[in-house]
Amino acid sequence: MKKHPIYPIRKPIAAMIFLLSAALCGCSSDNGVNGQVIVYNWGEYIDPETIRMFEEESGIKVIYDEFETNESMYPKVESGAVAYDIACPSDYMISRMIQNGMLSEINYDHIPNAKKNIGAQYYEQSRGFDPDNKYAIPYCWGTVGILYNQTMVEEPITRWEQLWDKKYADNILMQDSVRDAFMVAQKLNGDSMNTLDPEELTAAKNLLIEQKPLVQAYVVDQVRDKMIGGEAAIGVIYSGEAIYTQKENPDLVYVIPEEGTNVWIDSWVILKNAPNKKNAEKFIDFMCREDIALMNFEYITYSTPNVAARELIEEEDIKNSEIAFPDLSQYDNLETYVYLGEDGDYLYNELWKEVKAY
Amino acid sequence: MTSKNKWLSTPYIVWSVVFIIVPLGMILYYGLTDATGAFTLDNITAIASAGHAKALRVSLFLSLVSTLVCFLLAYPLAMILARMQTKRHNFIILIFILPMWMNFLLRTLAWQTLLEKNGVINHVLTFLHLPTLKIINTPAAIVLGMVYNFLPFMVLPLYNSLAKIDVNVINAARDLGANHFYTFIRIILPLSVPGIISGITMVFIPALTTFVISALLGGGKLLLIGDVIEQEFTRTSNWHLGSGLSMVLMIFIVINMILSAIFDKDGEGSML
Repeated sequence: MKKHPIYPIRKPIAAMIFLLSAALCGCSSDNGVNGQVIVYNWGEYIDPETIRMFEEESGIKVIYDEFETNESMYPKVESGAVAYDIACPSDYMISRMIQNGMLSEINYDHIPNAKKNIGAQYYEQSRGFDPDNKYAIPYCWGTVGILYNQTMVEEPITRWEQLWDKKYADNILMQDSVRDAFMVAQKLNGDSMNTLDPEELTAAKNLLIEQKPLVQAYVVDQVRDKMIGGEAAIGVIYSGEAIYTQKENPDLVYVIPEEGTNVWIDSWVILKNAPNKKNAEKFIDFMCREDIALMNFEYITYSTPNVAARELIEEEDIKNSEIAFPDLSQYDNLETYVYLGEDGDYLYNELWKEVKAY
Repeated sequence: MTSKNKWLSTPYIVWSVVFIIVPLGMILYYGLTDATGAFTLDNITAIASAGHAKALRVSLFLSLVSTLVCFLLAYPLAMILARMQTKRHNFIILIFILPMWMNFLLRTLAWQTLLEKNGVINHVLTFLHLPTLKIINTPAAIVLGMVYNFLPFMVLPLYNSLAKIDVNVINAARDLGANHFYTFIRIILPLSVPGIISGITMVFIPALTTFVISALLGGGKLLLIGDVIEQEFTRTSNWHLGSGLSMVLMIFIVINMILSAIFDKDGEGSML
């Protein structure tokens, strides 16, 4: 899912320069004593200290690269321009990669911490996109919900419906990404967020167009800073950002809307053509170690599926936080995104463009 | 340049081939093919679809407005600069270029902080008991961002062509009885046309293709053609459609370049 502020400016050019320079100079040769591992993760989605510790303990050099969206990660991995070993995509993107044969099966014997520390319920949840838990090891998870400023609303916000309330005109921040925006409208209509039914999709599109005059801005990462600064009363946000924003501004409240929402999991995967598979397994195993997972949780504040790490959290209110670790069994209308196929993606994108251009 | 020294241009030729010719060829290839690699014109005709056409119309309108505002702001300034002594005008030009030493993105983000509801400007206005400014996330904010970012590109060519006008020509006009207004209309303005055309090109083209400004200052509520192309590349990864639409934009750029070639035969309006 989407993380901290990085703006996708001129990435293709940057990628091209990078490729050219790599081609001209030959690849760098600064390897650790035990070789290297090339990791492709979300921006600001790890405590850099853990990478340093891994390098020190294993003697493996980590080459770390970041992406901003699942959609920008995919073509880069697919083209094979850089031979990544590990990536950390979200659920629906993992199912796309599985379908296209881009992932390598996990050998759990080489990653003992994954079996030992990651909660069984998260593997269970992963079966939605990885039916036999063969490819993905959960790294972070969360929900998409509403963050609102208590001092700026007249009653508690509990439903997506309230994002269509005219009294909050110019006070609403929506997500500027196709699936997250449609999900809100689809859940409000009582439809699945993975629907390909033209009628349901048109209904969702019309609902979003109807909402557009009330929306202050469509944003991705900026929702965090804008909510902290009191720019808007209500924002659609990832649960992982909620703990951080509340620390900065205690007036903010995070809720999972009654109509249901998206539950997502970002997972480690090893790529089919990974040149350093052994090192990749070691890296993932290290990241699943409870003390390392705890460091990462405290740094990025996204919910960890690492049960052993959660036990180590010292602050009781965080350990039992409804935001970081909600009891999902209370909600019966949660869903995880599914890859919709190329035609499905195209359809969603075209409809989203219609909303944005309206 | 003598033929002996021609090899000196090799780095430039290599640079142009690698970073200009090859990418243009790639855009041409992607723009004229579909996902299977077969030839198609669909990516180009896609500009006629409702969403794309509207994005193009909005972009053309906003960039024309920005260009006009830039021109109206820059012309008097360039005239003042052209009449100043060298020492002083160099300093003023420096002040104009100074913000460009900072990253374009940072400057635009700064405007966001300034214009926000609880932004710096509104804090000051509230403190002075004045009505607050509500232009963030509107087309006006996008125009403001464009004007701010591209104004130097208008000032410099205008200044350049105005500074080249021989003072004696102006004096002659005055001697022959032309008043200030007439001198301006008949002498100064026609002689500065190359600068005007060059300035318009340098503001209009980046304004037409921008996508950062609309996202940051427009709140993503107004889709510009630059945004559409950017998203085709970074989010939808439909490079074919993105390239096709870029080619449509290039048509406007080519028209603009032809115009400037006609009016600016000697390259007088070039930057500095």
